[in-house]
Amino acid sequence: MANVLTGVARRAATPLAAGPRRPASLLPRVRRNGAAWGFLIGAVLCFSFFSWYPIVREVIMSFQKPVYGGGNTWAGWGNYVRIFRDPTFWQAWRNTLEFTVLALVIGFAVPFVVAIVLNELRHARGYLRIIVYLPVMLPPASALLLFVYFYNPQYGLFDDILHFLHLPASQWVFQPGTGFISTAMLSVVIASTWMNMGSATLIYLAALQNIPGELYEAAELEGAGIFRRIRHVTIPQTRLILVLLLMLQVVATMQMFIESFVLTNGGGGVGNNTLSVVMLIYQYAFAMSGASNYNSASALGVVLLLVLAVFSGGFLWATRERG
Amino acid sequence: MAAFAAFTNRARQSRHRRASPASPATRTLISSVALNRRRGRITYRVVLTLVIVVFTLVFIGPMYFLFTDAVKPTQEVIATPPTLYPHSVNLGNFGQAWNRLDVGKMLWNTLYYAFGALAFQLVFDVAAAYSLSKLRPVLGNIVLFLMLATLMIPVTVLVVPQYVTVANLPIAGWNLIGTPEAIWLPSVANAFNIFLLKRFFDSIPSDYVDAAAVDGASRLMTLWRIILPMSRPILGVVSIFSLVAVWKDFLWPLLVEYGYTPTRETLNVGVWQAQVGVPENLLIAASAIAAVPTIVFFLIFQRNIMAGLTAGGIRG
Repeated sequence: MANVLTGVARRAATPLAAGPRRPASLLPRVRRNGAAWGFLIGAVLCFSFFSWYPIVREVIMSFQKPVYGGGNTWAGWGNYVRIFRDPTFWQAWRNTLEFTVLALVIGFAVPFVVAIVLNELRHARGYLRIIVYLPVMLPPASALLLFVYFYNPQYGLFDDILHFLHLPASQWVFQPGTGFISTAMLSVVIASTWMNMGSATLIYLAALQNIPGELYEAAELEGAGIFRRIRHVTIPQTRLILVLLLMLQVVATMQMFIESFVLTNGGGGVGNNTLSVVMLIYQYAFAMSGASNYNSASALGVVLLLVLAVFSGGFLWATRERG
Repeated sequence: MAAFAAFTNRARQSRHRRASPASPATRTLISSVALNRRRGRITYRVVLTLVIVVFTLVFIGPMYFLFTDAVKPTQEVIATPPTLYPHSVNLGNFGQAWNRLDVGKMLWNTLYYAFGALAFQLVFDVAAAYSLSKLRPVLGNIVLFLMLATLMIPVTVLVVPQYVTVANLPIAGWNLIGTPEAIWLPSVANAFNIFLLKRFFDSIPSDYVDAAAVDGASRLMTLWRIILPMSRPILGVVSIFSLVAVWKDFLWPLLVEYGYTPTRETLNVGVWQAQVGVPENLLIAASAIAAVPTIVFFLIFQRNIMAGLTAGGIRG
């Protein structure tokens, strides 16, 4: 379908650029614009209420504090100071980075390798593609509850497998410890990769199918082995998509929420060792007993937004096409 | 349709490829010459078998347990070592889970939210994209820029101000918490839909629109009779995306539809909430019920879903 879309787009580019732009008299112009805005207004209202206004409001709220008896007053940098002094804040960031790094090592490399292998097979392609993508379609809570059950230290399947292999049992998600590669976080990453890798795999597959075969042909004639062909043909040819997906994946994994939330039943693991930043936003805003504080949650939201913006901007700058 | 022609064409190609592995349609990393050598053939067979076995275990294996554990009695589900197949099949689990977790109501809620959101998105986003693409109002480019700019804002960052806004809508003063509109209306603010639809409408030559106008068709009629029939492929992609998004969403429905009796939760949230105090086998049965509609949906629309993935995200 991709080719169909772009094909039509290219064909139609010229007539549109030279669209009817005659100077009209005032009344028809007002009527034309009125009609156009009539079509536009529903979406514009929804964007205003649920997207544009909340963005502004988040920044405003992060500099406010509630007053007893209702209303808000300015708090200066108070909310930011408060969250920076919260040790959980730093732990949540550390955990989120740990998740992002692990999810990239596993969740970025594995789909690419899988896509390369799938692209070489001449049999069972449809079947393999479907089963790789199937977990993506499951409701995430269903998929994760299944892992809750597998990870269960008393009767979970995974401990039985370890037992069968004569390895020591593990508490999986509830394994204490906050080392940089903790078992708990690794368990979260495994579940997350299982349920998410399908879409990346299929996007890579589509990209691999667009590599001209002559390039491989030429490389082989020059005497390049399989790995050198991957290194010098496959990766450069898919570079654009690799780079784009890497960025999207980092931005997505930095916002990890449901995986840890469901696997630890909302708790964030032993000693908060799988608590993510978005989970902390949720806890600040909605789960602190009694005094839920939207303002420090907004401050944390602004911090996360800035971090992601700086990352995306820096990443795009660093990987821009040179020359 | 064009898209379907492309699908069937590709299907024919792959069938052809399957019939004669010696000559694939396109040259890939490893040449078919290498594969047809004796050593290559053996290696290929080994790799193929390994891949099929490992992938089936990894991806189908957990789902196998999703459906077999759902019919095991409680004692058997928590037995160590686990039984590989249910020794006593207890289909009543599905009925019990259905009643105890009110799965029927949650399934209805999920469908209601998903199709409602789809309807709102199709009406408002299509109208907006049509206006931005073909009617070109004043300030239209600024509106489009502001819409696309929201793609840069990660969604989860905004949950708190969005929640506060939905709880007390500015100007109107409505509290939408607990209503289906709390899911429907924010779903319209989807810049990706606008982007896909506008890009597609841009590709439809304005001559059609002008010709319709000459024939006296109103703008709405032009949209309905000319633009929409030509846009079926992209409407399909947008519809699938929006249905799946509501079905899979977790944090937002947890915030706005949580804690009502009778339940207003989606399946995704409700199944999670049942984690406390419900026997393991019933929980798995409920998860399995929640998974069935999406699996069926996927198997029916898999070609469109997979094509949409590449059409929508990155141009293949």
